[in-house]
Amino acid sequence: MSDTALIYVRHQDKEQNYLQAGHTLMSWLASTDHKRIGILYALAITFFFFIGGLAIGLVRIELMSPNGDFLTDDAYNRLFTLHGIVMVWFFLVPSIPATLGNFLLPMMIGAKDVAFPRLNLLSWYIFIVGACFAIASIVAGGVDTGWTFYTPFSTMFSNGDVIAAAAGVFIAGFSSIATGVNFITTVHMLRAPGMTWFRLPLFVWAIYATSIVMVLATPVLAMSLLLIIVERWLGMPIFNPANGGDPILFQHLFWFYSHPAVYIMVLPAMGVVSEVFACFARRRVFGYAMMVYAMMAIAVIGFFVWGHHMFVAGQSQYANFVFSFLSFIVAVPSAIKVFNWTATLFRGQITFEAPMLYALGFLGLFTVGGLTGLFLASVPIDVHVTDTYFVVAHFHYIMVGGSVSAFFAGLHFWWPKITGRLYSEAWARFAAIVMFLGFNTTFMPQFIMGYGGMPRRYHVYPPEFQIWHVMSSVGAVVLFIAYTLPLIYLGWSLIYGRKAGSNPFAATGLEWQTASPPPKHNFTELPRVTAPPYHYHPERQAPEPHDRQPETAQGEVG
Amino acid sequence: MSGAFPATASAYAGEWDRFFLVLVAVSGIVVAAIAIVIVGFSIRYRRGSKAKRGLLPDAITNELELTWTSVTAIVFIFLFWWAAIAHLKNVIPPHGALEIHVLAKQWMWKAQQPNGVREIDELHAPVGRPVELIMTSQDVIHSLFLPALRLKQDVLPGRYTYLWFTADKPGVYHLFCSELCGTEHSRMTGRLVLMTPADYARWNAAQPGVEDLAAEGEKLFRSLGCSGCHAPASSVHAPDLNGVYGRQVQLADGRTVTADEAYLRDSILLPRKDVVAGFQPIMPSFRGVVGDGDMVKLMAYLKSLANKGERQ
Repeated sequence: MSDTALIYVRHQDKEQNYLQAGHTLMSWLASTDHKRIGILYALAITFFFFIGGLAIGLVRIELMSPNGDFLTDDAYNRLFTLHGIVMVWFFLVPSIPATLGNFLLPMMIGAKDVAFPRLNLLSWYIFIVGACFAIASIVAGGVDTGWTFYTPFSTMFSNGDVIAAAAGVFIAGFSSIATGVNFITTVHMLRAPGMTWFRLPLFVWAIYATSIVMVLATPVLAMSLLLIIVERWLGMPIFNPANGGDPILFQHLFWFYSHPAVYIMVLPAMGVVSEVFACFARRRVFGYAMMVYAMMAIAVIGFFVWGHHMFVAGQSQYANFVFSFLSFIVAVPSAIKVFNWTATLFRGQITFEAPMLYALGFLGLFTVGGLTGLFLASVPIDVHVTDTYFVVAHFHYIMVGGSVSAFFAGLHFWWPKITGRLYSEAWARFAAIVMFLGFNTTFMPQFIMGYGGMPRRYHVYPPEFQIWHVMSSVGAVVLFIAYTLPLIYLGWSLIYGRKAGSNPFAATGLEWQTASPPPKHNFTELPRVTAPPYHYHPERQAPEPHDRQPETAQGEVG
Repeated sequence: MSGAFPATASAYAGEWDRFFLVLVAVSGIVVAAIAIVIVGFSIRYRRGSKAKRGLLPDAITNELELTWTSVTAIVFIFLFWWAAIAHLKNVIPPHGALEIHVLAKQWMWKAQQPNGVREIDELHAPVGRPVELIMTSQDVIHSLFLPALRLKQDVLPGRYTYLWFTADKPGVYHLFCSELCGTEHSRMTGRLVLMTPADYARWNAAQPGVEDLAAEGEKLFRSLGCSGCHAPASSVHAPDLNGVYGRQVQLADGRTVTADEAYLRDSILLPRKDVVAGFQPIMPSFRGVVGDGDMVKLMAYLKSLANKGERQ
């Protein structure tokens, strides 16, 4: 090949972005490009987000009245179960890691792809197969066990399609494990020259910590679901006390996964907002090292607090004290992170684009969710409010107010990178504010009625709680509007949006130093990392108004 | 209390309401402080504002982080300590509590008073004296939730769980099942009726079907053939049950256990599980023969033997 030909090939490479690399359906369904796989995940979870939302919409309509006159008891139980299973395993768990994580993690560390690109595609297919089982169980009549599958109800008494649903979650779990292994290997093996561990952006640290939790915890979920299937299908005595089994054993196994799973959902959110705060305050993240240690501490201690879900389940009172203590301790690193994000704003040059508004919303809602976690860590308060709407409100503040707000922050922040287009800033800010208000209107009343004694998962309820339920349902309508808006204006931007340019927010990360949308192999040359992350201003000099460009980007890219 | 608080029917409930309010106050202060700082920074350090930027204060980073980490940890550990110490005294039920048996099943609550009076979806109890609920389930896991007492306990199949309280305010309060138990979970509700001791005694006497649980249990003890081996005069080598309830029992495998309801129940249904030291495992299982209702009666009889043992 002549020199001219080589140059021509290089030139073409540069021009062709990953979206232009193929236009057939197969070019997507058989792609091993981490960016395309990220988008496949995004399409799947968006679908599930609206399925899960539809289910809870019907539930909230029903709860406008205390008499249960819109749905039957069984339909009601099936709908909230559907909502829980779909939102936890088919939306929240894969949300940030499998979409933004997949798209960004290799780019942020200066790699061409993840370590195992074909395994990455396989995880998506495993996820879809799991999802098909879950959908089959819905079509076949649904499941009425709640997302928690408590035994012996789920194994011996439920008349829902438990096996298909459990099998769906079981299968989807392998997708989590494969993704986790892939990300861990990628971070260890594929960092560009100069990208030392303590130069990793916090988003990478967050996905790394999440991946460790996924790999260690998900097998336990798989075991417990398999045991459910074995008992329900084959009649093997495991959890049913009538055959000498132990129903509490299931709860231990289930929460040994499901508490760390909360951190699978919230650690990536912490990573996203760390990037956003730094960029829109034009500041280095305050206490970078502490942020890393805090995330790792959360990932580790998160494995030792599962018993706080079982204070009234019949476990030893003394075990309750131990789990209570550890639950207070695990809150410390989360609190530190809130303080550090706040301190990051100090002497910044703050602007309030949509990603920043979503991130600020995250900060407020996550703080409320975290503090109410302390209520639940205190045994006597938990005894009263567990299995009431107080708990429902608490974990929605963490997982929806926290994680979903952060997901939208990240989606808006990296949308120009992913699609190469700019969305309508005004609409995006409007949606962020509506989402914050709608969320609080929906869930704040649930704290109040929860302490008032309103049990969760109740189809009919005492009329004194109606006022709070009506407020909550009104909030849900607002929230529905807020979640639909991005679908419209982001969709609109795909066709009519202005070209974004490679770095519209003047951010420092490697992913911003390449074209938008990125070329097929992310970078045309191997990036050289020369600086720590978030180098928005000189070491000891706060940013000045004219410093629109960062002091230095994290590295040089071809 | 404001309308958001449920009715309060015990000193315990009031005590934990106060702790709850302390937590609300602490959280409110924290949220307000963070909100003020964030809004303050957002305004003061908005892009292009005149506020001083310049050289960043050096060296305070570590001190600041150390301070807020340790302050947070100390506050959290203090809250834990406060709740734990105050709760510790509630862990062990007082002696001489009025024992009411509660049986949960899809989808109703059955209760049985010490004198044998039965009720469904209602729980009558006197104020001013400790009441202990001894609970079990016939099918799935349920959970007895008494919001007016701020109490809740899961009710498990194949096991006993306990709840105790000393109420102080007569009235009619909610009684909920709070663990998802199937189709009619939200209809598995009832009334907690707290009465003055005099009213309670009158109500009890006026109910039909008053029976002495212990006497009923003694009848069962004979009709099921237990007395054939366990009576003191029997020729079969079986443990004497006089005074057994509440005693320490030495087992054949070296363990020592307290003969509580759970142990006695297991000994009847799963006799090979805990064999008493010095005895052969010859007792047949009564699983499927002794139902939950009969078990309550047998328990009452065995406990009455315990009282005899003390008196002698």
